[in-house]
Amino acid sequence: MSHTATAPEATTEHALRAFLHGLPGVDEVGARARAQDLSTRSIKTTAKAAAIDLAISMVDLTTLEGADTPGKVRSLCAKAALPDPADRSVPKVGAVCVYPDMVATAVEALRGTGVGVASVATAFPAGRAPLEVKLADTRRAVADGAGEIDMVIDRGAFLSGDLLKVHEEIVAVKEACGAAHLKVILETGELVTYDNVRRASHLAMRAGGDFIKTSTGKVSPAATLPVTLVMLEAVRDHHATTGRRVGVKPAGGIRTTKDALRNLVLVNEIAGPEWLTPDLFRIGASSLLNDLLMQRTRLSTGTYPGPDYYTQD
Amino acid sequence: MAERRESKKKGAAKGPARDGATTEARSAAPTAPARLAVKKTYKLYLGGAFPRSESGRSYPVTSADGTHLANASLASRKDARDSVALARKAFGGWSGRTAYNRGQILYRVAEVMEGRHGQFADQLVAARGLTRAEADRIVSAAVDRWVYYAGWTDKFAQVIGGSNPVSGPYYNHSAPEPTGVVVVFAPQTAPLLGLTSVLAPVIATGNTAVVVASEAAPLPAVDLAEVLATSDVPGGVVNLLTGGVGELGPHLAAHADVNALDLAGTGDLATGFEETAATTLTRVLRPGPEADGGEDAWLDTDPGTTRMTPFLETKTVWHPVGV
Repeated sequence: MSHTATAPEATTEHALRAFLHGLPGVDEVGARARAQDLSTRSIKTTAKAAAIDLAISMVDLTTLEGADTPGKVRSLCAKAALPDPADRSVPKVGAVCVYPDMVATAVEALRGTGVGVASVATAFPAGRAPLEVKLADTRRAVADGAGEIDMVIDRGAFLSGDLLKVHEEIVAVKEACGAAHLKVILETGELVTYDNVRRASHLAMRAGGDFIKTSTGKVSPAATLPVTLVMLEAVRDHHATTGRRVGVKPAGGIRTTKDALRNLVLVNEIAGPEWLTPDLFRIGASSLLNDLLMQRTRLSTGTYPGPDYYTQD
Repeated sequence: MAERRESKKKGAAKGPARDGATTEARSAAPTAPARLAVKKTYKLYLGGAFPRSESGRSYPVTSADGTHLANASLASRKDARDSVALARKAFGGWSGRTAYNRGQILYRVAEVMEGRHGQFADQLVAARGLTRAEADRIVSAAVDRWVYYAGWTDKFAQVIGGSNPVSGPYYNHSAPEPTGVVVVFAPQTAPLLGLTSVLAPVIATGNTAVVVASEAAPLPAVDLAEVLATSDVPGGVVNLLTGGVGELGPHLAAHADVNALDLAGTGDLATGFEETAATTLTRVLRPGPEADGGEDAWLDTDPGTTRMTPFLETKTVWHPVGV
């Protein structure tokens, strides 16, 4: 179901609209059925062990709470660098994701570990702030050392049809990011339809996003399998037309190893095995990591471990 | 249909064989046709719901004289894992209730069970080959056992805990607390009174339980689960698995999120399970002399606190009394 709408040259309101509304509609029933079908794949033994390690290396270990303290962020960073102190063969996670004011703390705690720091920015999670505020938010996070910026799009503007505003905001934030990678959060739970998810995905990629991310984690539903499937189709098609590979990050609601493995199956089957790397696929989560570690221990020792054996943050 | 129709004598007794029923109905036109048998599917009881085994397996259960009674779910390793997770999830709520409220709920179990007296007696007659009078006596004893432990819920703390006699400028109190998730291997030869006698003391003190029913006679346990489900016992407090002790036991004994094991129904496997359990410091109650003695061995009307105390942790608090 690849479609080959060519991206227009100039970015005008008219051109954007023509391009995004020229995209073929999503077969909603088909997307759900395909996601359901793929989620029944059975992954066992050595394949499961490999998938668990891959999933751990893709986790964006996240704490986005009003109650975050420097101490909590530091303990999260320690866990990111060494997820299971009892087993040093566990890979480190992809990155730690925090609010902008915690970036400096996280960068300091992760120095020398090779784990990246991602920061949400642009008035996360609502995105309801003037552009200058969003840009200042972004610049500050980058200046503090964030290597990845997770921005939210203006869903109000998108839903009211002001596509150019959304586009220009992403372009502006991308510029403010400089060398930092930009992840664009679509907040699919507020976009209502899969057609909108497909349009927002292409809009974000066209505007220069390095990653498209499903959700903030503050809105339900978050990263459902059909939504991730639609976004994976979008990055696959974007690669087919432009040659550029954009990453995907489902976030919110992925709590168990089974959920994570289903996502990996989806990546392999929809986007292709090239996307099975932390550079192109991340999972935004906090409690998922402990479940991955428990399943890993279960595979290596043969007995079920308990949650008491792992740190809670 | 999960149940296979393989019983030998069913056709004659209850007559659900379809051909026979129709010809009979045709010849005796004015009378109502023979009623189709409504056969019960015996399932697991996990987290307050009655699912089939995740594996989809079942096994035939026969009466004492070898007649096929029904098929029961054959629980798998994953069912065991899920049941431990469900019991853990239910632990906070159940242990956090007042002891008085737990007593009310356990008494409610007795009330609902009393209303199903005949059903349980029928099960015992079939499963254990008891006479009707013997079965009635066992069911009454099982109901009374729930009442007995309902009474204990808000009293055991005073008996087991209390102020300790210390000489110093402080008070010293000890209070028993539930240990957590307890795996109960129900007695093999006492599917109702034996099961009640090992399960009730575990949940009376605030633990949550994963029960592995008697392998050969699991049907009374499933009926008891239906009583629990309709007696305000929160889902997940008791989770019932039917299936092989030898298959489920090693995984449950090794599970690090299990706090204690009651090995009453494990027979020769008990020592092995105890060794496995030691690797994660799981508490263990060994099978006693009554474990294999049939329902009659559990008739003692005053079992005391001996089945409650093994599943309690003692918390001791020092409190200064001032200068």
